[in-house]
Amino acid sequence: MSLLDQPSSPSLSGGGMTRRQAWGLVGLLAAAVIAWLVFAVWPDWLNAILISKKAFVSAILNGITLAGLYFLVASGFTLIFGLMRNVNLAHGSLYLLGAYIGYEVTSRTGYWLLGVAAGFAVLAIVGVVMQVFVFRRLEGDDLRQTLVSIGISIVAADLMLAVWAGGTYQIATPEWLDGALTLPVITAVRSNGASVFLTYPLYRVVVLAAAIVIGVGLWLMLHRTRVGMMIRAGVDDRAMLQASGVNVHAVFAIVFAVGAGLAGFAGVVGGSALSVAPGEDVRYLLASLVVVIVGGMGSITGAAIGALLIGLAEQIGLVYFPTYGIVLTFVIMVVTLAVRPQGIMGKAR
Amino acid sequence: MSLAIATDGTTPRQNWLERLGAGHIILAVVLVLYPLVASDFFLTQIGGYSLIFGMMGLSLMLLAGYGGMVSLAQITVAGISAYAIAILGNNNSNILGFGWPWWLAVPFAVLAAALASALIGWISVRTEGIYTIMITLAIATATYYFAQQNYAIFNGHSGYAGIRAPAFWGIGWRDPKPFYYLCLGLAVLSYAAVLYGSRSTFGMTLQAIRDNPRRMRALGYHVTAHKVFAWLLAGVIAGLAGVLLVWFNGRVSPGTIGVDAAIDVLIIAVIGGLRHPIGPFLGAVVVILMQTFAIDIVGAERFNTLIGLVFLVIVFVSPDGILGLWGRIKPHLAQESLRPGS
Repeated sequence: MSLLDQPSSPSLSGGGMTRRQAWGLVGLLAAAVIAWLVFAVWPDWLNAILISKKAFVSAILNGITLAGLYFLVASGFTLIFGLMRNVNLAHGSLYLLGAYIGYEVTSRTGYWLLGVAAGFAVLAIVGVVMQVFVFRRLEGDDLRQTLVSIGISIVAADLMLAVWAGGTYQIATPEWLDGALTLPVITAVRSNGASVFLTYPLYRVVVLAAAIVIGVGLWLMLHRTRVGMMIRAGVDDRAMLQASGVNVHAVFAIVFAVGAGLAGFAGVVGGSALSVAPGEDVRYLLASLVVVIVGGMGSITGAAIGALLIGLAEQIGLVYFPTYGIVLTFVIMVVTLAVRPQGIMGKAR
Repeated sequence: MSLAIATDGTTPRQNWLERLGAGHIILAVVLVLYPLVASDFFLTQIGGYSLIFGMMGLSLMLLAGYGGMVSLAQITVAGISAYAIAILGNNNSNILGFGWPWWLAVPFAVLAAALASALIGWISVRTEGIYTIMITLAIATATYYFAQQNYAIFNGHSGYAGIRAPAFWGIGWRDPKPFYYLCLGLAVLSYAAVLYGSRSTFGMTLQAIRDNPRRMRALGYHVTAHKVFAWLLAGVIAGLAGVLLVWFNGRVSPGTIGVDAAIDVLIIAVIGGLRHPIGPFLGAVVVILMQTFAIDIVGAERFNTLIGLVFLVIVFVSPDGILGLWGRIKPHLAQESLRPGS
C-alpha cells in the first residue's frame, strides 16, 4: 500500500505537507497545549477563566476514568451491535445486574476480587442464555430483537427493584486499593514557595488502568486471534462468513458472553467507584448508545474514542456549566451525525 | 400514486356514510355515548388518558408504520409542548410563566413540538434502519437528564405545577365530560388526518420510501425531505397530546418525559399494532386498563414485570400486535406486515 501511495502523495501536495502530516502537526500542537495545561503552574488569568487548576485537572482526570468505565460497558455493546445487528437495549440492565451481584458476593465473602470475577462470569452466562434462547430465535429481524431487549430491560429493572429495593449500595473496595495517589502535577504554589501536588484516588487510577488493559486485550483478540478475525469478518459481512463454513452461532455466543461479561465487570468496578442504585442502568445505556453512535459500530477503537469524548464532556460540563452539561454530550452526537453519520471509526456502507 | 388515482376513478361514487365504513360509525357512536354510562373515573382516568396516550402512539405509528422509523422520542416531543404550555401560560411554580392566553400558547406549544420533532427527525434520518431507535432513545434520555438538571428553563427535578386547563364558552375544560370530549375530538381529528394522509400523495410516497428508499431516490424523490416532513406531522399530533397531558395532570416534570414513559408509548403502539392508525388507541386502552386493574392481580409494585412480559409475548407471538392477532383470525383483512421483507 505504501508503495502505491508514495509516488502520488508528494506530487499531489506540491512540496508542502500531506494531509496526514498536517493532522499530525495539529495533534502534536494539541498535545503540547494539554501537556502545558496539566504540568505548568497556571498564571492568574487562566485560573480566573477556568475556576482553578485543581478543578480543571480533576475534571479531566475524572472524565478519563469515567471514560474507562464507559468504554468497558460500550465495547460489548458495540461488538454485539456490529456483529449481530442487535441493538441490545438491555445492556444497561446487564451493567446494573453485574453491580448487584458484585455487591452480594463481595459483602458475603469479603473478597472484592471474587465479586469482580463473579460479576463477569455470571453476566457472561446470562449473555449466552439471552443470545441462545431469545435473540437467536429472532435472527435477521433486528426491530423485533430490539423490541424484545426493551421488554427484557423492563422486566429486569422491575425484578431488580423487587430484590434489591430502591436503596443505594456501595461495593467495599479492599484496603490495598484505598488511599490516594500523589500525582506529579503542581496545582498551586504556596506563599512559602512549596508546591502543592494534586492527589487522586488510587482506585480510580486502577479502574483506568484496567480499562486500558482490557481495551488493548480486546484489540489484540480482535486483530491477532482466529476468533477475532471471524468477528471482524462477521461485522463486515455476516452472510459471507457463514458461507465460508464458520459456525457463526458459536461466534455470536462468544461475543455475547464477552460483551455481557464486560458489562457485568464494569458494573462491579463502577459500583465500587460510584454507587449502585436503580436508574444507573439507563445512564450506562445512554452512554453506550452515544459511544456507539459517535464511535461507529463494531469498532473497539471507535468505542474508546467515543467513550473518551463522552466521559470528558460529562465531567467538564459538570464543573463548568452544571445545568447545561448534558447539552455538550448532545452536541457531540449531533455534530458526529451531521458530519460523519456512520461514526468516527465506522465504515460507510 | 397512479394506482390510487386509477382506483378512485373506476369505483362508483359512494356516499360518505359508505365510505366511512360500518366499523367506524359503530365505534364513533359508542365513543360519543360512552359518557352516558361511564363514571367520572372511567371517563378521565381510562377514557381521556387512553385517548391521550393513543395520540402519542398514533404519532409513533405514523412514523413506524408508514415511514419505517421506530422512534422512542415521541414522549419527548409531547413533553416539549407540555413544558411550553407551562412556560408560556400560567403555573404556580414562580418560574417563568408568561401568562399567555390558551389560544396563543397552544399553537405555539404545538409548533415548538413539531419543530423539535422535525429536528429529531433530521438528526435521525442521517442514518437508516435500527439506528433510528438508538438515536431517538439517546435524545429522549438526554432530554430527560437535561430537564432534570436545568433549573432556568425546566425548573429541574420538580418541574412545573398548577397548570390549569382553560375555561371558555362557559365550559371548564378540565371537568370530566368536557375533557373527555375534548380528547375525543382531537384524537378523532388526528386519526382521520393520519388515515387521510396515508392515502394522499405524500402518504403513498412515504410508504414507497419505507419499502425502497434507493428506488425512490433514483426516481427523483427527495427522501430526506419526505421523512423529515413525516416527523413534523408526527410532532403536531404528539404536541397536541402533550397539551392534553399537561392539562390533564396539571403539572409536568422530568418524570413525565422519562425513559419509562418513552418506552410506554412504544409498548402501547406495539401491543396495539403498528400497521393501522387504530392500533395505538387499542393498545392504549389495553395498557391503561391493565395499569389500573393489575394492582388487584400482581400488586402495584410489580406492574412493570407484568406489562413487560405481556409485551414480550406480543412481540414473540404477533409482531403486529392485537391487530395482527385480529388479522390472523380474519385472514382477508390481513395486509402487508409492518416489517419490510427482509
